[in-house]
Amino acid sequence: MRVLETHPGPRAAPDGAPAARDGQPRLLAILPAYNEAVTVAGVIQSLRRHAPDWNPVVIDDGSTDDTAHLAEQAGAKVLHSPFNLGIGGAVQLGFVFALENGYDYMVQVDADGQHDPRYIHKLVEEMESHPKLDVVCGSRFLTKDHRYPAPISRRTGIHLFAFLTSKIVGQRVSDPTSGFRLYNRRAIALFARDYPHDYPEVEAVLLLHHHRLRMREVPVRMFPREGGASSINSGKSVYYMVKVLLAIFVGLARRRPGIEPGDEAPVTATHSI
Amino acid sequence: MRSHLQVVAILASLVLLLVVLELVRRRRLFERYAILWLLSSVVLLVLSVSGGLLGVVSRTVGIKYPPSALFLFALGFVLLLLMHFSVAVSRLSDQSKVLAQRLALLEERLRELGQREEGGEAKPVAISAERGAAPEPPAERPPAVLGPRGAVGGRRPPTR
Repeated sequence: MRVLETHPGPRAAPDGAPAARDGQPRLLAILPAYNEAVTVAGVIQSLRRHAPDWNPVVIDDGSTDDTAHLAEQAGAKVLHSPFNLGIGGAVQLGFVFALENGYDYMVQVDADGQHDPRYIHKLVEEMESHPKLDVVCGSRFLTKDHRYPAPISRRTGIHLFAFLTSKIVGQRVSDPTSGFRLYNRRAIALFARDYPHDYPEVEAVLLLHHHRLRMREVPVRMFPREGGASSINSGKSVYYMVKVLLAIFVGLARRRPGIEPGDEAPVTATHSI
Repeated sequence: MRSHLQVVAILASLVLLLVVLELVRRRRLFERYAILWLLSSVVLLVLSVSGGLLGVVSRTVGIKYPPSALFLFALGFVLLLLMHFSVAVSRLSDQSKVLAQRLALLEERLRELGQREEGGEAKPVAISAERGAAPEPPAERPPAVLGPRGAVGGRRPPTR
């Protein structure tokens, strides 16, 4: 943790978080949560125990259950979205928050208990030992220990995405759908500006590649969901496949995916057909 | 092609044109979205009034029965309009996403400010004063609330 570099921006803690001691990087753990009342408190407690340097912030993505309340009780700050943005919009809210509050690193942890906060230090170690890395991603498929319990259809889909992204990116990406990721300041800035709307993980890997940011994977174990409902059920999985494949191939044809500073705004009032 | 059909076609496209104009007049329909509607209703009107033009058009395309050329045009415009709406809906959903994110950040900021004021250290931090409050222009957008450190209210558990 000590080796992670700080960025030279404002050192104040405007979000009310405990200010970092001088020279210490500011660390943010983002937990996107949509109706995760069953698990969210446990994840936060685990985070506080195993990764106490990280300031936990839950993005309550329009939950209709007790998620926000339980998260606050467990000691996390909660950002409330007025309606359900979807995982992409919720995580992007985390990036914007991290950027504007001067965080140096952000780790994304699912609030459903799939990701084990005990592995955060593994992501951090990888980032420390390779200073040029911008993103470190926890992968389920790097170990011999293939205990990740998922139906064959889901794993087939993941491996198809893995194959395609590896080909495009030119380096092996074993688990492009994993959302267990550690981002540095550059990656935070990129994704605060431009992050896919829904099912964003695969596209995010491609965005990193197109913007010449570096990513590496480290092996992690993931748990089956402890509660709540996955955002990907059988009906949506078809949409998931088609959407991500469309995004991958359309993205290939885009001359410059993503938006550089000074470009025309992606969304303007004057656009018409 | 003087027929009941032509009268119906003329009347229908005329009504469409008038409805569009009236909606724009009442500001129920923005000009930006009205233009495609206007274009389609005018084209349909011209084609139904001038049977000769419709005949020429349908012969060039190879349509035996000229009135069905009207359907072709109408269908084409419908597709165009739907595409237009899909683009507009995409834009709107992106805009509303950004708005929701900003709203969530603002609410959080407000809550923090409220707690700081309750926290005893009565340093009034007016929202309007935020902009000028940054000591130096940092590289990123200035998170400018420089409240007293450690004055956060009791919501955060003491273990931190």
